[in-house]
Amino acid sequence: MDEKKTSTKHQIEAKKQVENVVVTETPEHPSYHKNLSNLDIKTVYTPEDIKGLDYDADIGFPGEFPFVRGVHPTMYRGRLWTMRQFAGFGSAEETNKRYHYLLSHGETGLSVAFDYPTLYGYDTDHPLARGEFGKCGVAISSLVDMELLFHNIPLDKITTSMTINGPAAIIWAMYIANAENQGISKHKLGGTIQNDILKEYIAQKSYIFPPEPSMRLIVDTFEYGCKQVPKWNTISISGYHIREAGSTAVQELAFTLADGLEYVKAAMKRGLEIDTFAPRLSFFFNAHNDFFEEIAKYRAARRIWAHEMKKLGAKNPRSLWMRFHTQTAGCSLTAQQPEINIVRVTMQALAAVLGGTQSLHTNSMDEALALPSEKAVRIALRTQQIIAEETGVTNTVDPLGGSYYVEWLTDTMEEETYKYFDKIERLGGVIPAIEKSFFQKEIAESAYRYQKEIEDKKRIIVGVNRYKLEEDLGIPLLQMDEKGEERQIQRLNKLRKDRDNAAMQRHLAGLRKAAQGTENLMPHLLSCVHSYATLGETCGVLREVFGEYKEQAIF
Amino acid sequence: MEKKIRVLVAKPGLDGHDRGAKIVARALRDAGMEVIYTGLHQTAEQIVTTAIQEDVDVIGLSLLSGAHMTLFLDVATMLRQKQIDDVLIVGGGIIPEEDVPRLKEAGIAEVFGPGTPVETIVTFVKKNVKR
Repeated sequence: MDEKKTSTKHQIEAKKQVENVVVTETPEHPSYHKNLSNLDIKTVYTPEDIKGLDYDADIGFPGEFPFVRGVHPTMYRGRLWTMRQFAGFGSAEETNKRYHYLLSHGETGLSVAFDYPTLYGYDTDHPLARGEFGKCGVAISSLVDMELLFHNIPLDKITTSMTINGPAAIIWAMYIANAENQGISKHKLGGTIQNDILKEYIAQKSYIFPPEPSMRLIVDTFEYGCKQVPKWNTISISGYHIREAGSTAVQELAFTLADGLEYVKAAMKRGLEIDTFAPRLSFFFNAHNDFFEEIAKYRAARRIWAHEMKKLGAKNPRSLWMRFHTQTAGCSLTAQQPEINIVRVTMQALAAVLGGTQSLHTNSMDEALALPSEKAVRIALRTQQIIAEETGVTNTVDPLGGSYYVEWLTDTMEEETYKYFDKIERLGGVIPAIEKSFFQKEIAESAYRYQKEIEDKKRIIVGVNRYKLEEDLGIPLLQMDEKGEERQIQRLNKLRKDRDNAAMQRHLAGLRKAAQGTENLMPHLLSCVHSYATLGETCGVLREVFGEYKEQAIF
Repeated sequence: MEKKIRVLVAKPGLDGHDRGAKIVARALRDAGMEVIYTGLHQTAEQIVTTAIQEDVDVIGLSLLSGAHMTLFLDVATMLRQKQIDDVLIVGGGIIPEEDVPRLKEAGIAEVFGPGTPVETIVTFVKKNVKR
C-alpha cells in the first residue's frame, strides 16, 4: 500500500470514529474541548494531522538538532533532573536551616527565594520595607547575611539558583564574594541568577531601573560570567511569571522566547560573540494543568530556540540548547481542600519530566495559604522522587514523541508563537511593546477570560467550582520566628558601625563613576560587596545614576 | 439615575502580584461601578490620599506578599485617624484564615481568599457599601 492510501485510510477511520461517537448512545460530553491556550482540541488525531512532518528535519533524535526530543542523547538515563525547591523565608539563619533540611531529604540543588525588600534592592530597615521582612522569601541586606544563608553548604559542590532580577548583579556579586572568602574559585561556582528584567516589566513587576540601564547590567553579567564564572547560568529567561500573571501557554512560550532573543541581540550589539555567552543562557517555564499542552510547549520551545539561534549565527551546539527549569503552577493551587494540591502538583511535575526539564520545583500543598511548612515541602520533594524512582518514565527519552496529538500540538504552538513574534516585531520589538503595554494587556485579557470560564463552569477546578466541601479542611501552616526582623536590623546597625566605612565609600564612589560611563560594572559591584556595602547602599548608587522605572497602571 | 459606586482598587507595599487586583477591578467595572486602580507599590498614605481625592465609597486592598497584617492595618488605622468611617474596606490575597479576625476587628469588612468568585465580591460590595 502506498503512503497516500495509508493516510486516506486513517482519515476515514478517524472520521468514522467521530461519527460512531456521535450516533451511539454515549454522545460526546458537551463540555469545553479547548485547551488552556484556547485552541480547539479534536476528538482524535491521526497521521493526517502531522503529514507535513519530517522526522529527521523537524524532530530528530534526542541531543540532535532541532532538539525537540531533548538536549541530551540519553536524558534521565544519564542524569536525573536537579530537584531544586524554591525556598526562603524570614532571616538568613532560618532559611539556612531549611536548606539543610531539604538537602538531608534528597534535594540536589538549592533555589533562593528573596523577600520583597531584597527583590527591590532595599535593606530591611528601609521605610518601604515595612511589613515585608522575610514574608515571601529571605532577607539579604549584605554579605554578612549571604554568609549566614550558605553556612556549612559547600558552594563548590552544590549549584544554587537565585530568583533575583532588578539587583541580580549585586546579589550575584555577594554570592561570588562569599565563595572567594572561603577560598573557592569563581571558576568552580555553578548556579543561576534569574536576571530577566523583561519579564519583570511584563509580569512579575519587581523592576528597579528603566529598560536601557537594566539591559546594560544584564549584558555586563553575560560578559563577566563567560570569562570569570564560566559554569554559571547568567540568566534564566522566564515564562513562569508570565503564566502566573494569567497568560496562556502559547503566550508564555512566545513572550519568553521573544525576551530571550532580545537578550541575545543586546549582547551581540555590545560586541560579544554569540557562542561565548549563549551556552550559559537558561530558561524557566511553568507547568500548569493541561498535561499535553505543557509537554508540547517545552518541545516547541526547544525547536524554536534552536532554529532562531542558528539564524543568529550560533555554531556551538550548546548555544542551540534550550535548557530549562520548571516550577509547577502556583496559580493552579487551591486554598480549598489544600491536600488535593498534591495530586495537581504530581501531574504537573510529570508533564515537566515528560517534556524534558533540566531541573524541577514542585509546589507544596499549602502554598495558596502561606509559605510551605516542613511537612508540605517534604511531600512535594517526595513527589519528584517517586516520579524519578518508581514510575519508569525515565527509562526512555521523550516517550510521547511521535504521538499524533503531541506532535500536532507541538507544531501548532510553534506556529502560534511565530504569529506573536510577528506582532512584537510590528510594534518595534520587545521593549517598545512593553512600553505600549502590549504584553500586559494580552496577559490581563487571558487572565480575565480564564476567570470567567471558571465562574461560568466551562472549566472545572475541583474543590472550587465543583466537588466543594461545606467546611474546609485546615492544615497547619508555617510559623516564622517573630524576632528575626529585630535581629536582622541589629546586624545591619552593627555592620554599618564596624566596617571600614572610608574604604566602603571609595568603592561606592568607584561604582558611581563606572555606572556613569560604559565599563562593565561587575568588578565594581564585587569591590562594593566585599567592603560590606549593603544591598541598599549599592543599589542606591545605581538608582541615583540610572533612575527608576514606573509602569502605567492599566487593568 | 442612581449614583455609581466608586471603588479604589489598591496594591499596598512592594508586592507585584497584580493578576487578582486587575481581575477584580475589571469585574467591578463590568458590574457598573466606577473603578480607579492605583497601580503598584503604594504606601498606606498614598492609598488613603487617593481614596479621599477620588471620593471613593470602597477601598479594595490586594496583597499576596504576606505583609497584610502590617499594610492592611496601616490603611485602616490611617482612615480611622482621619475620621473617615463611611468607606467600605475589603481585602484579598494570600491570607491565612487565622489572620482574618484581627483584620475584621480593625475595620476590614471582608477578606476574600484564593478561589473566591468575582461575583461574590461584586455582591458583597453592593450590599455593604455605606453611602
